[in-house]
Amino acid sequence: MTVQSLLFQAIDGLAAASGLFFVAAGLSLIFGVTRIVNIAHGSLYMLGTYVAATIALRFEGALGFWGGVILTAALIGLFGAVIEIVLLRRIYRAPELFQLLATFALVLIINDAALWIWGPEDLLGPRAPGLRGAIEVLGRRLPTYNVFLIVIGPLVLLILHLALAKTRFGRLVRAATQDREMVGALGVNQGLLFTSVFALGSLLAGLGGALQVAREPASLLTDLIVISDAFVVVVVGGMGSITGAYLAAVIIAEVKALCISIGTASIAGVAFNFSKLTLVAEFLVMAVVLIVRPHGLLGRRQTVMRSLAEPEEPLRPAPAALKAVGAGVVVALALTPLLARSQPYVLVLGIDVLLMVLFATSLHFIMGPGGMHSFGHAAYFGLGAYGAGLLVKWFAATMPFGLVAAPILALLGALLFGWFAVRLSGVYLAMLTLAFAQIVWSIATQWGELTGGSNGILGIWPSAPFDIRSAFFLLTAALTLLGVLLLRRLLFAPFGYAMRAGRDSQLRAEAIGIDVRRVHWIGFAIAGAVAGVAGGLFAFAKGSISPETIDVGRSIDALVMVLLGGIQTLTGPIVGASVFAVLQDTVMRQTEYWRALLGAIILALVLLFPAGIVGGLARLRLRLVRP
Amino acid sequence: MTGEPLLAVESLCAWYGGAQILFDVALSVGRGEVVALMGRNGAGKSTTMKTIMGLVGRRRGTVRFADRDISRLEPYRIARLGLGFTPEDRRIFADLTVLENLDIGRQPPRRFADGMPAPAWTPERLFALFPNLAERQHNLGGEMSGGEQQMLTVGRTLMGNPLAVLLDEPSEGVAPIIVEQMADTILKLKEQGLAILLSEQNIQFAELVCDRAYVLEKGHIRWQGAMAELLRNDDVQRTFLTM
Repeated sequence: MTVQSLLFQAIDGLAAASGLFFVAAGLSLIFGVTRIVNIAHGSLYMLGTYVAATIALRFEGALGFWGGVILTAALIGLFGAVIEIVLLRRIYRAPELFQLLATFALVLIINDAALWIWGPEDLLGPRAPGLRGAIEVLGRRLPTYNVFLIVIGPLVLLILHLALAKTRFGRLVRAATQDREMVGALGVNQGLLFTSVFALGSLLAGLGGALQVAREPASLLTDLIVISDAFVVVVVGGMGSITGAYLAAVIIAEVKALCISIGTASIAGVAFNFSKLTLVAEFLVMAVVLIVRPHGLLGRRQTVMRSLAEPEEPLRPAPAALKAVGAGVVVALALTPLLARSQPYVLVLGIDVLLMVLFATSLHFIMGPGGMHSFGHAAYFGLGAYGAGLLVKWFAATMPFGLVAAPILALLGALLFGWFAVRLSGVYLAMLTLAFAQIVWSIATQWGELTGGSNGILGIWPSAPFDIRSAFFLLTAALTLLGVLLLRRLLFAPFGYAMRAGRDSQLRAEAIGIDVRRVHWIGFAIAGAVAGVAGGLFAFAKGSISPETIDVGRSIDALVMVLLGGIQTLTGPIVGASVFAVLQDTVMRQTEYWRALLGAIILALVLLFPAGIVGGLARLRLRLVRP
Repeated sequence: MTGEPLLAVESLCAWYGGAQILFDVALSVGRGEVVALMGRNGAGKSTTMKTIMGLVGRRRGTVRFADRDISRLEPYRIARLGLGFTPEDRRIFADLTVLENLDIGRQPPRRFADGMPAPAWTPERLFALFPNLAERQHNLGGEMSGGEQQMLTVGRTLMGNPLAVLLDEPSEGVAPIIVEQMADTILKLKEQGLAILLSEQNIQFAELVCDRAYVLEKGHIRWQGAMAELLRNDDVQRTFLTM
């Protein structure tokens, strides 16, 4: 590697930075004003790539391509406005996480819609007319199109910056970012402002996607990749800071370019392939930035947002009726193996449901009563699964040892990651936990010698007497029950009161002598250990584990389960996980478009039961009792 | 004052979550009238104002303003009819300059029902009223002292050229000199025909500017009458106002 090639990679990295910036800037604008973390932003980008490629292929030549870029940006902007008006307007007063769930449902629906329209194959667009050549830079050929991207990024930054600083629209956006209710009380039509900001942000995503067509084919996989990249950029740059987003996009693109250009290097005699680091590089950057500057490079300390949601109801001990239902469930679980003699599949599904209940309950423990919205709970599930799997693989250990190792490894991971995470709150905490989960996932994927890489570990089977499925089911049921009851008991112990007090008001809790960070840290660790148990059981239930089973998707599944049940009820995660696991199992096998169906179900639930299933039932009961 | 009052509230109830905060509050303010809404902390003064402005989620009752029922309108529609609101905690946009804060409140000039133009404000006219703001017009809202923020929040509301203003505790936590300035300002606005509802704990301040008063306690109106009468009525003061 020479200095010249390093410099060349650095220049080329700037082109990638521009693409990242467009998406992140839109996401940041939308978050700033509406306070909605729009997970579907990556889907808008993906739509941009498909629409632009389609237009460019249909109408050839410069007009088709460049006209298509502009038309695509406008169309995606319009589509964003429609989403805002039809869906988001109804949920601005819903709790933050519910909005997340709704936009996640959009991801599922848009992805399947794209599959239906464009099919599963990648769609390759034409190269940019007029910019097909390359120029000589540092003795290498740099595509002219990359030069164009390098220039247009800062140009868009400048335009956005001026628009925000100098126009009335910009002033309104900045004011609404701080206090949207007050802006409304001063006579500003917030609905219109929100719609236009959402449209502008979507337009930027569409533009980013359209410009990418000349470099890469449109693919159904881009939505989640782009959204996680964009999140990282926004968080590193500082929420709401457009300049910060550009800075962060440049840093991340450069770090990746650096990793690629170093390639395999030898450190202290050990060969290390840096290009493998690209998968984690951005998350490492984010973790470092969040630890050093918790609000991002150019972000400000988040003002305490005036929540538009109703205050949370306190937790109440289980009434007699609930205890009776609980006892009934225990009896039913004990009898299930008998029932399953004629239908063995019931046990397979039952184990899945139980494991998801345990996993979701452990996430709920820190999310609801702890107020820590972890986006990376799969990390501890994964550490548990790999803890058990590695022990079996390398030491031929039997299941009991594996099941002990699972929570221990998860606990250690949660103690380490949690120490950093509890120093943040809100979206920043969510993103840091996501980064840690991504790091765990990358280690599982990339450290092939230890973990078997993307093939994972095979042959993790339960030892006798649990090698019979009904026995394993009973073991799973017992451990799940134990875990759920333990977490529940903790919430009604002084520790649980302290955790809830810390969630409701950190200052007041500290003023009465509670070390909020410490309490939340311990809570985080306990939740991690319990998730580890679920992960360990999962490994033995499936007989194998692979990085796929612990990726972002699993973290999001857990979130959906908790939110589906209702975050402020203790039975919520149990019901949510059961419904979700059964739905996934039944819906998935019905149709090719199961994602869209799942998304539609989630949307219907969000709009009909804004407090989750259990929360919704509780409200219904309240209404019946107190007419 | 003849005819219908500019702002009339009847049987107003409001809830935060499951807890009812206001119980059948009724009050009215006419043109050129300054009316005090008095009561201790937590009596429901701020909630009354927020409910009138449409800022409280669950509410019931009627609010009429300038001959229109505004009880179901969104806050921005209420503001656009000419009802201004300055919140107790000021809610200045900390990252915007003083001038930008004023610009957010800007609305077109408007007239009273009888065709008389309401005072039309510009930043220059506001700076004449509050000279301190003029000196700091390019400073960020977050850099201002409490008193300056109080002036700014009043100025920002006036930029909407309102016919009536809900002033939530303008004398709270500011220096005596600013309190005087506030009193002068309120009297000037009154001269120009604005209707003002002023929430206050400080009876000395209310005495300076108010014509009538309502006394709130636990979300109920417990007393109403002329300001002079309230000053003489030690009984009401002791029961509902003094600490």
